[in-house]
Amino acid sequence: MSHPISLINFTLHLADDALILGHRNSEWTGHGPILEQDIAISNIALDLIGQARNFYQYAARLIQESPQSEREGWMPFTAGGETTEDSLAYLRDGWDFKNCLLVEQANGDWARTLLRQFFFSAAQYYLYERLQYSKDTQLAAISEKAFKEVAYHLRWSSEWVIRLGDGTAESHARLEKALEELWKFTGELFVPAPYEQVLIREGIGVDFSLLQPKWEEKVREIFIEAQLSYPAERAGLSGGKEGRHTEQLGYILAEMQFLQRAYPGCEW
Amino acid sequence: MSEQQWPLWEIFIRSKQGLDHKHAGSLHATDAQMAIENARDVYTRRMEGVSIWVVESKYIHASNPDEASSFFDPANDKVYRHPTFYDLPDELKHM
Repeated sequence: MSHPISLINFTLHLADDALILGHRNSEWTGHGPILEQDIAISNIALDLIGQARNFYQYAARLIQESPQSEREGWMPFTAGGETTEDSLAYLRDGWDFKNCLLVEQANGDWARTLLRQFFFSAAQYYLYERLQYSKDTQLAAISEKAFKEVAYHLRWSSEWVIRLGDGTAESHARLEKALEELWKFTGELFVPAPYEQVLIREGIGVDFSLLQPKWEEKVREIFIEAQLSYPAERAGLSGGKEGRHTEQLGYILAEMQFLQRAYPGCEW
Repeated sequence: MSEQQWPLWEIFIRSKQGLDHKHAGSLHATDAQMAIENARDVYTRRMEGVSIWVVESKYIHASNPDEASSFFDPANDKVYRHPTFYDLPDELKHM
C-alpha cells in the first residue's frame, strides 16, 4: 500500500460522516413526530453508527499496522497505547474529524432533518455503489454491506421530501426553508479532499466527477415531484473533510465525548 | 406527537417463503406506501419477514364479540365434524 496515511484519512472521513449523522438522527429518539417515524429515524441512526463502526475498526487496524514513526501522529487518539474504534470516536478533537459540514448541521424541524438525510443518502448511495469495486478490498466489503441500507435510507428520505413538498402549504414552506438552510453545504460532498485525490488516482477512491451528475439528476427528479425548484447557484461551503467545521460539531462532540473524557476508559 | 391521528393500518407479515402472512399488529401511516415502510421499520427489524401486506383497518370487518355464543358455541358438540371417525391408511402422513 503506497499511501497508508491517505487511506486512513479517507476511512476516517467515511466513518465520521456516518457517526455524526447517526448521532444527529439519534437525537430524535423519543422525540419523533409520531411513534412509527421515531422508530424509522432511529433505525437509520443505528444503520449509520453500524457503518461508522466498521470504518473505525478498519482505520484503527491501519493505524496499528503503520510504522512506528508514522503512528506517532495518531498517538493522541490512543487509549492505553492502542488505537481502537472507540478511541477514534471519543478521543479526537473537532479539527480531527473529517465529516462533511452537511451532516453536523442541527436537526431543526422534521423537514430539515429528512432533507439533510436525503442529500446525504443520495451522495452516499452513488459513492458506495462505486466503492464496492474499490481496489481496497476492506472498503469494498464495507460498502457492499452498507449499500443496501443506504438504498433504503434514500428511498425513505425521497418519499418524505415528496410528501412534505407536495403536501400542505405549511409543509412545503418548511421544506423550502430547510432547502435554503442546507443547500450551501451540499457542494462539499463532491469536492475531493487531498487524501481523496490521492486515492482516486490509485483506484481506491471514487471519482466525484462521475458521482455528481448522478446526484444532481436524482435531486432534480425528486424536487420535481416535490414541487421544489432546484437552486440555480452552486453550493460553495467546504472544509469539513479537512477538519474545518461549523460550530455545530462542537456541540455534538461535547455531548458524545463527555463521559469518556471525564472518566477515561469508563464502561457500563 | 401530532394532534391529528393518521389512519390506522393492520400489518401482515410473511416470515418465510411458503408460509402464510400472519397478523403482526397495527400502526399509523398517511398512505399505503408509508404503512409498508413503517411496518418494515416496526415489525421486521430482527429479520422477522420476507413480505409485508398492509390493509387500512377500516376495511376490515369483524365478527361481533357479543354474538360469539351464537356464532361459535354450536360447533362445540359436533365432534363428528372432525375427521376422526375414519380409519386412515398408514401411507397417509399429514392428516
